[in-house]
Amino acid sequence: MAQLEIQNLVKRYGDFHAVRDVSLNVADGEFLVLLGPSGCGKTTTLRMVAGFIEPTAGQVRLGGTDVTVLPPWKRNAGMVFQSYALFPHLTVAQNVAFGLEMRKVPRADIDKRVEETLALVRLKGYGARLPRQLSGGQQQRVALARALAIRPDVLLLDEPLSNLDAKLRQEVRVEIRELQQKMGLTTVMVTHDQEEALTMADRLVVMNEGSVRQVGSQRDLYERPADRFVAGFVGRSTFLDGTVEAPGRFRTEGGLSLACAGGTPGKASLSLRPERIEIAAAALPGLDNSLPGTVEFVSYLGALIDIHVRLSSADRLVVQIANREGGFAPGVGQHVHVGWRASAGQVFNA
Amino acid sequence: MTVRRAALNTAAALGLLYILTPLIFVVWLAFFRQEIPSFPPEGYSLRWFAAIFDEPKFVNGFSLSFQVGALATAIGLALGVPAALCVTRYQFRMRTPLASLLLMPLIVPGVVLGTSMYVFHVNLENALDVDVLGTFYALVAGHVVIVIPWVVRLVTASLAGVDRATEEAAQNLGANAWVTFWRITLPAIRPGIVAGALFGFVTSFGNLEMSLFLVGPGRTTLPIVILQYLEWKIDPTIAAVSVVQILLIGIAMLITDHYVKLARII
Repeated sequence: MAQLEIQNLVKRYGDFHAVRDVSLNVADGEFLVLLGPSGCGKTTTLRMVAGFIEPTAGQVRLGGTDVTVLPPWKRNAGMVFQSYALFPHLTVAQNVAFGLEMRKVPRADIDKRVEETLALVRLKGYGARLPRQLSGGQQQRVALARALAIRPDVLLLDEPLSNLDAKLRQEVRVEIRELQQKMGLTTVMVTHDQEEALTMADRLVVMNEGSVRQVGSQRDLYERPADRFVAGFVGRSTFLDGTVEAPGRFRTEGGLSLACAGGTPGKASLSLRPERIEIAAAALPGLDNSLPGTVEFVSYLGALIDIHVRLSSADRLVVQIANREGGFAPGVGQHVHVGWRASAGQVFNA
Repeated sequence: MTVRRAALNTAAALGLLYILTPLIFVVWLAFFRQEIPSFPPEGYSLRWFAAIFDEPKFVNGFSLSFQVGALATAIGLALGVPAALCVTRYQFRMRTPLASLLLMPLIVPGVVLGTSMYVFHVNLENALDVDVLGTFYALVAGHVVIVIPWVVRLVTASLAGVDRATEEAAQNLGANAWVTFWRITLPAIRPGIVAGALFGFVTSFGNLEMSLFLVGPGRTTLPIVILQYLEWKIDPTIAAVSVVQILLIGIAMLITDHYVKLARII
């Protein structure tokens, strides 16, 4: 395992910037997740690390060696593809052995290593089967074993769980993470699924339109999003558009005057997490902001309930409450009060 | 529902009968005893099959057709497989015209192909001052042209089913472009290659119109031998020759089908 350094990586297709000046360091044994919507440049970045795409500019260093211009077969990176990309005409064991044969490992050692690696992914005894005789989850594990067998400097995962059903996905998530920690694998994963990203990563990179918007821990991204995009993409936020009149004072487009934390005067939006807002039948004088409103829409999610509250003609908030027995649960049309501390909101200047 | 089903089956049976009728009559005729084909047969015999081997023309024609077909198929594969890879895998300016050009010999009438090749060979012979017209290799070269479309068409079809990610996976695991082709791409498109080779060979073996322009003295392919024989005689020897030909092609198809399910490709 080794450290991966990406420096000022750029990929342009004509006038289109797929990746703009991305720099990242992945420490030895770290699990880094690239998170972003489709087309944000995360897969292009991963493929440049693997060597399938030649960067327009910038550098990729693996274990201190510059691999930017090396072809894929000369980099020691193990990749798990979204479609698994198992060789359909080879058995499970032959699939796993492929990378070792390419490395001219002696036959006896290959057999031993294939055996070990299959045991690692709990596929002992499946070596003689063909990929099409396995379930989706098993195929996924063969793909993982094949990438691990070559003892790669870095493990690259390209949306590895997107073809599994929801329940299996949760199990495999934990399985891959545990394996990664046990073996100390330097890993880069690409995903658009934030829950997946949050549960697996040591550190996350949020990308949009080819650029890195924020790098940080789960808590960093959720509690202190760097911009409006991150606030909207990681977790949920309601945005109230308006202006900062003075630091600490925000006026919405609907004319509501709200207390906020900081902010520079000018056009801005106030981001609020639905679970940080309180809702009650009467005013909430203990909070910095307390406003009357009308319930417009309620969606019942089981453990949680989303309540959409109209505050003014232009302002609407989503409040999320826990579904407790005997708890306050207003219906559509009911007059309510919502409130939050100034520190619960975040101001993003436009 | 059952009425519709019955109507469909009847239509299918009629269609099949229409296709098979000539074959049935040719096979039947091959076993007639009398020399002049007339119904009803006066009796049955195998003498016409024995007669094939008394005529060196048939044996030589068969041998030549086989050699030309085999060589043309081999060359057609060597050219057609890379061509199919090229037009399916790469984007370039003349891609679509090139793809159409590769299939063109399928729709150009054999007589036109034969005439143009004849003129080409004459000019080539004059320009280079070597024998071209009527040589074995000129005949093979002509047949390569009619083999290529089959190879390109069937290999292209099977390439469409190959997951490009498997090739990337091989490269990721340390295989260079060449090893990736041999170990991953080639096995994946093998059904298309086998089917392309089979159909290319059958097309070459049965070709008459184009070959008429390309054969030289003493060098006659089986279809031409059959045609020439028919100008003088109409005894069932021809039917017997046809039966042998049908059998051989049928066996080739069965063997191929054992390795590659033909129904899945065509």
